[in-house]
Amino acid sequence: MDARLSAEQAELRDAAARLADDLGPHSVLDLSDAERQARLEKALAATGWRTLRSDGASGVEIALVAGELSRGLVDAPFLGRVLADALRPSAEPATIAVGGIAIDARDAVRALALDGTRLLSARVGPLASGVDLTRATGGLAGPFEPAGEISAAHAARWQALAIVVTTAEQLGAARGAHALALEYAKVRAQYGHVIGSYQAIAHLLAENLALLEGSESILRYAAWAVDERKPAEAINAARIAKAYVQVAARTVCETAIQVHGGIGNTWECLAHVFLRRVLVGGELFPVRLEEIDVGLPGFGAGSGVPLPAAGMARRARERIHDER
Amino acid sequence: MMSGDEYWSRYGEWHRALYDAGFFGLSWPREYGGQDLPPVYDVILDEELAAAGAPPRPSLGYLVTGLGHHGSAELRQRFLPGMINGTERWCQGFSEPGAGSDLAALTTTAVADGEDYVINGHKIWTSYSDVADWCLLLARTDPDAPRHKGISAFVISMHQPGVEQRPLTMISGISTEFGQVLFDGARVPARNMVGAPGDGWKLAMTVVAHEREPSTLGFTARYGRTVASLAKKAKAGGEPAPAELAWAHVQTQMLYAHVRRRLSEQLDGVTHSSDGSLDKLLMTWTEQAVGHAALAVAGTSDDRALEAYMYSRAQSVMGGTSQIQKNIIAGRILGLGG
Repeated sequence: MDARLSAEQAELRDAAARLADDLGPHSVLDLSDAERQARLEKALAATGWRTLRSDGASGVEIALVAGELSRGLVDAPFLGRVLADALRPSAEPATIAVGGIAIDARDAVRALALDGTRLLSARVGPLASGVDLTRATGGLAGPFEPAGEISAAHAARWQALAIVVTTAEQLGAARGAHALALEYAKVRAQYGHVIGSYQAIAHLLAENLALLEGSESILRYAAWAVDERKPAEAINAARIAKAYVQVAARTVCETAIQVHGGIGNTWECLAHVFLRRVLVGGELFPVRLEEIDVGLPGFGAGSGVPLPAAGMARRARERIHDER
Repeated sequence: MMSGDEYWSRYGEWHRALYDAGFFGLSWPREYGGQDLPPVYDVILDEELAAAGAPPRPSLGYLVTGLGHHGSAELRQRFLPGMINGTERWCQGFSEPGAGSDLAALTTTAVADGEDYVINGHKIWTSYSDVADWCLLLARTDPDAPRHKGISAFVISMHQPGVEQRPLTMISGISTEFGQVLFDGARVPARNMVGAPGDGWKLAMTVVAHEREPSTLGFTARYGRTVASLAKKAKAGGEPAPAELAWAHVQTQMLYAHVRRRLSEQLDGVTHSSDGSLDKLLMTWTEQAVGHAALAVAGTSDDRALEAYMYSRAQSVMGGTSQIQKNIIAGRILGLGG
């Protein structure tokens, strides 16, 4: 596995970052700016990113876009759309339903769900604002109807993708929270110095960066595994990534609130908007530590996960075994 | 797996056996006995050694790098081959009782006397010092210079009067790893100075940065093996696996992925100077999570589990404390000036 991004992937990530920075909310007040939201919706719709999967994009690419949009708190539908498209492309706007609720439901007409390998579909009913302030949820306006069948492999890879994309969103939100806290620590002064100059604050932010980098590494692997490993291994990789990232991301957001002090605990500070995304992301396709199978191999000798520069690495392993 | 002291006692033998089989110094220069291969080869070897239940690869990379970057051609020719092939054993004489995290506070002196320098001082955490033939030593040659500038580096023989060993026992019970050496009038030829007078600090920074780089994260596979054996033990006991074990597994998998990502980035020629501090923190958290898992699964009555746990506490101190790593991350990466 070569964990580097290709030039095209890096461009895709940068484009998503630009869109998020340009049109995402920069304050809690911005969340209710309908004009900005309309411009964001128009721009996001034009990118075609909601149909990345049916256009042939890999798990890595979808995770990159999801991460950047989440870092910028993009409050136009993406998660539900991209996952619905990965189940079954459709001309009418569709999202997915989790636990009988249509997630990320703004403008969606139908919600898809998966029962084993059977696809189900229901009409989306009235919208409600949710815990995640950047998204609306929807009730279902009618019962689920059968909507066809997908292959077992498709269903399993979709499960892996769903876990990976929600994990990428958690990590992206944590990155956003970290950036916010870092910026604040460089301007907020107490006792005559900016608070970031004190180890008490600096060490918290340093720990956050380590958590974010560890998260990036495990997520990058899981996103790669969506397409490159056997479906069961892809799901296992996704679960392990989420088990790590959800803890890391929540910690980073909690720290961001702490670094902001009293202000961090007010509605007007964006820190809780990031945290809410992390919390809700953990409840979609949840992973509990107790359910992680420690016996399943992930990496290491015999795991089948190639090292970077795979040809070279394979020859080296063969040599070691020949000479043993 | 052998216990800590057994490992240390046969460390030299293991080093030479690996070298003779063509498995040591894979990524080091051919002219000194290495094989000029990319660092990924070292990771493969580490994983295969762990999978086979063999002891870890002796960790010498930081010394090779220090001498390789800063030593003269003569010193490199004289010392690197023996260091790499294991015929000569080495230790690192940096820390002192009064100079731990604040390394530049070191007070060991080197005073010119004819063709030699005379060394007086007290070094601590000098792993392998009791079996070492040579020490890469930092000592103050100019007491009047600003403190970072008065330090020089030497290659000093450990076989001479004026070198006294006083090893400390670790809380894990390992009695030989934590070396302590008193230099009392020991002599080192002036030609064994590494670099110029006052270059010692530069060498020290090269060495400690390398101690934290991903190529030295070779213990990942060992954590993986420990987690797997703990999982077996937990299963045999019939109890559900404790959450600590699952968390150690998740952390270990993260570290595997992290090392692969760093190795991938190295293919582009990216070097990770300060990022090594992030890697070191991630490795430390992983090892300590594995230590907690060992306790949760096997308890204190299991000698190996207790040793693994106790040893893991040193990980957040050795090679630069976690607090120092956080200072580096905050200052050099996050731009939070202290």
